[in-house]
Amino acid sequence: MAAPELTKADFQSDQETRWCPGCGDYAVLAAVQAFFPELGIPPERIMFVSGIGCAGRFAYYMDTYGMHGIHGRGPALATGLAAARDDLSIWVVTGDGDALSIGGNHLIHALRRNVPVKILLFNNQIYGLTKGQASPTSERGKVTKSTPFGSIDAPFNPLSLALGAEATFVARTIDTDKQHLPAVLRAAAAHDGAAFVEIYQNCPVFNDGAFDALRDKRRGAINRIYLEHGAPIRGVVRAADGTLRLGDDGEPVVHDAHREDPSFAFALSRLSSTPDGPTPIGVFRDVQRAVSGRDLFAELQAARAGATDASLDALMRSGDTWTVS
Amino acid sequence: MAGDSGDGMQLAGSRFTDATAVFGNDLATLPDFPAEIRAPAGTVAGVSAFQIHFASRDILTPGDAPDVLVAMNPAALKANVALLRRGATILVNEDAFSVRAIQKAGYQQSPLEDGTLDGFTVKRVPMSSLTTRAVEGLDGVSSRDAQKAKNLFALGVLSWLYDRPTDVTERWIRGRFKGPVGAANLAAFRAGWSFGETSELIDVQVKVDPNTDVAPGTYRNVNGTEATALGLIAASVKSGLPLVFGAYPITPASDLLHALARRHDMGVRTIQAEDEIAAASMAVGAAFGGALGVTCTSGPGLDLKTETIGLAVMLELPLVVIDVQRAGPSTGMPTKTEQSDLLQALYGRHGESPLPVLAASSPGQCFEAVYEAARIAITYRTPVILLSDLFVANSSEPWRIPDAASLPPIDPRLRTTTSGPFLPYTRDDNLARPWAVPGTPGLAHRIGGLEKADRTGAISYDGKNHARMTKLRGDKVDGIEVPDLEIHGEADADLLVLGWGSSYGTIRAGARRVREGGGRVATAHLRHLRPMPANTGALLRTFERVLVPEMNSGQLAHELRARYLVNVESYGKVEGQPLLPSELEQEIWQRLS
Repeated sequence: MAAPELTKADFQSDQETRWCPGCGDYAVLAAVQAFFPELGIPPERIMFVSGIGCAGRFAYYMDTYGMHGIHGRGPALATGLAAARDDLSIWVVTGDGDALSIGGNHLIHALRRNVPVKILLFNNQIYGLTKGQASPTSERGKVTKSTPFGSIDAPFNPLSLALGAEATFVARTIDTDKQHLPAVLRAAAAHDGAAFVEIYQNCPVFNDGAFDALRDKRRGAINRIYLEHGAPIRGVVRAADGTLRLGDDGEPVVHDAHREDPSFAFALSRLSSTPDGPTPIGVFRDVQRAVSGRDLFAELQAARAGATDASLDALMRSGDTWTVS
Repeated sequence: MAGDSGDGMQLAGSRFTDATAVFGNDLATLPDFPAEIRAPAGTVAGVSAFQIHFASRDILTPGDAPDVLVAMNPAALKANVALLRRGATILVNEDAFSVRAIQKAGYQQSPLEDGTLDGFTVKRVPMSSLTTRAVEGLDGVSSRDAQKAKNLFALGVLSWLYDRPTDVTERWIRGRFKGPVGAANLAAFRAGWSFGETSELIDVQVKVDPNTDVAPGTYRNVNGTEATALGLIAASVKSGLPLVFGAYPITPASDLLHALARRHDMGVRTIQAEDEIAAASMAVGAAFGGALGVTCTSGPGLDLKTETIGLAVMLELPLVVIDVQRAGPSTGMPTKTEQSDLLQALYGRHGESPLPVLAASSPGQCFEAVYEAARIAITYRTPVILLSDLFVANSSEPWRIPDAASLPPIDPRLRTTTSGPFLPYTRDDNLARPWAVPGTPGLAHRIGGLEKADRTGAISYDGKNHARMTKLRGDKVDGIEVPDLEIHGEADADLLVLGWGSSYGTIRAGARRVREGGGRVATAHLRHLRPMPANTGALLRTFERVLVPEMNSGQLAHELRARYLVNVESYGKVEGQPLLPSELEQEIWQRLS
């Protein structure tokens, strides 16, 4: 069946977008709306689920089916939807507070189960909607309204966390990179199973410039280490002790996103813990593993198709029965 | 029947129950087991018991004071002897009354010897050694197998004592156990039966005729959990919606997950979620996709699901939440029953967050209750809470199996077309909004937890709109049609006893005793807690006195006073055990004299 030709406008809802001027979310939204026609999936077969936070508004702006859920529960809502329907393209939009703090449990279990949903984590290293508290990705020592003497807590590395949760697809990109962002989305969409994409996203109000080392044209050209499956990784070497390091003192390393063993992707994720220097960008890991509920779907659908009054009667009358006349 | 947790008392009890049900007696059962998976063997804390009440007439409760106790060890005797009717018969496993076991149970000396049991008829049966002898010589049977079969020996003795049909039990043993274990169990059961028949120790055989006063139909024995599972599957089949059931293990609700997880053959999808919140959220996500989304839990889990239930109120999507209530705040007493989540179900959400609340009144009625909960959820696009409890979930009774064709229709009325732009928050005559599921062209829409503009569903912070939406949500729930409250007994009785939930049978039984004694008492039972039957207030006012017994400290009484400005009297009990007909009888008499 030939899909109708779709355009960016087909994915723009009639809601007025309400993020702060200069917010990185605008760039991501524009990139996503521009990218979706390429998938060839009609808008009614696409679902956006979000939690709470600035990123949560995303669901309202896509002219697809959407649900703006509750704080942190996006992956759980999406898991339920995926359990009911296997004919949808399901995307979860979340932020660093939503996904890694209040919703941490749901995130790791959706990844562990390999639920067929694409999770876009907008990481701006701050709570934006609640007006500027430290988030689970805020760097240690960060001064915010809730940490006036500097954050005393160590931040999460979202990619390391996802890999530890057995994620089958793990990637990182940057809000303003108009080529790289759609390329990563394309790979995520093509992945059969749960996909986790961290998007570095600038919050101009509460954490402006957090990613300048990568977003800035001049510095970014130096600091962005693009990962491409099968290609050597620029600026990363294997040292004599076998570990991956930044620099040129060691053997060159060729990227292998399909490696079963997650330790390679994990080592790549550890090369930078804060984005103020050389940082790998791209698909860290993309492997195949049984997708949650996939095998069950046909069986249950067939059973439902055959479920009639007669089969219900038979079920209710199973076991020891007796008749009173 | 009482023994150590590992003695298989629940199994023996449920086998006796099935034979009794198939024989045609009416019955009710009450399992009572410890919270510990394996409390120290031989201690009172580790006693597991199963009570059954059966008769040739209408049985309403598992009974209060048993006539016969089977005690497999001294601890079982100690834990249960105080509950017995004076003059009751006690069958003890004499072999288990060693000096050590007696001390472990907390007795100074043997209760069989020191007069403790004067006033009871005690039958000392060496069950362990008789079982061992019965299975001796069977191929491959170890002495451990022999000891594990003594519950079936006890079942055999009881089966003879009450003249139960043996074929039902024997068929079950053959189906359940294979090889040497099956042979040992069968031999132990037969030996117990023969012991009853030939030993002069047991001199009376009790005949309980089948109940002739029952409606015609096909029956089976069900506990509340089984009936709930069947009701949910029935609602899925009749509505044509796939059943997606999200749950997180919690006592005593887990059994429903277990029951449904086996039903791939009926297209049921169960998910053991990472937590209670996720379990509810998965059900809501599934509902958005056009499924019958259901989640089940007990009190502590209902706390956690509260947030998601509030979302479902705002989204106006169907969701069935089953709360199998247990005792106490926090972890409380997980294996003991209570009805203390009523006010939480009615009011336990932030904002004004109304939803329908139903309660199951007996094990078999769980089927109808959950089916009705699903029908309301789907028809009115709303979360519904069904209150069950540990007692009704684990108790069993004969259930007249309905014909699938006779069940009320459930029409999900999924919206598939639109003229003009789709407005997800328009309403039908029931004030229900359209349910349009992903995959439907032209109806793509976004909903969420933020307040909705009337009709369009767009985000709205407008105060007047919020007031209108708050009223619409409340009116929708209060406009749900529920059957009138019916009076059982004389409409001009001196006292009305009004109950809800699992105390139905107890209240009926207590009132029946009073009526048999000449007291003028009527009863009524609420199955819908919100909205309540339209005639509730008026009906309460026609009685001079109204007594409301509950397994809590007066929650329904509180609600009735607030809602109808009537003076009802509360009788509350929070001992982790169901109300008893005898205490109800006493409470009623006190108010009639």
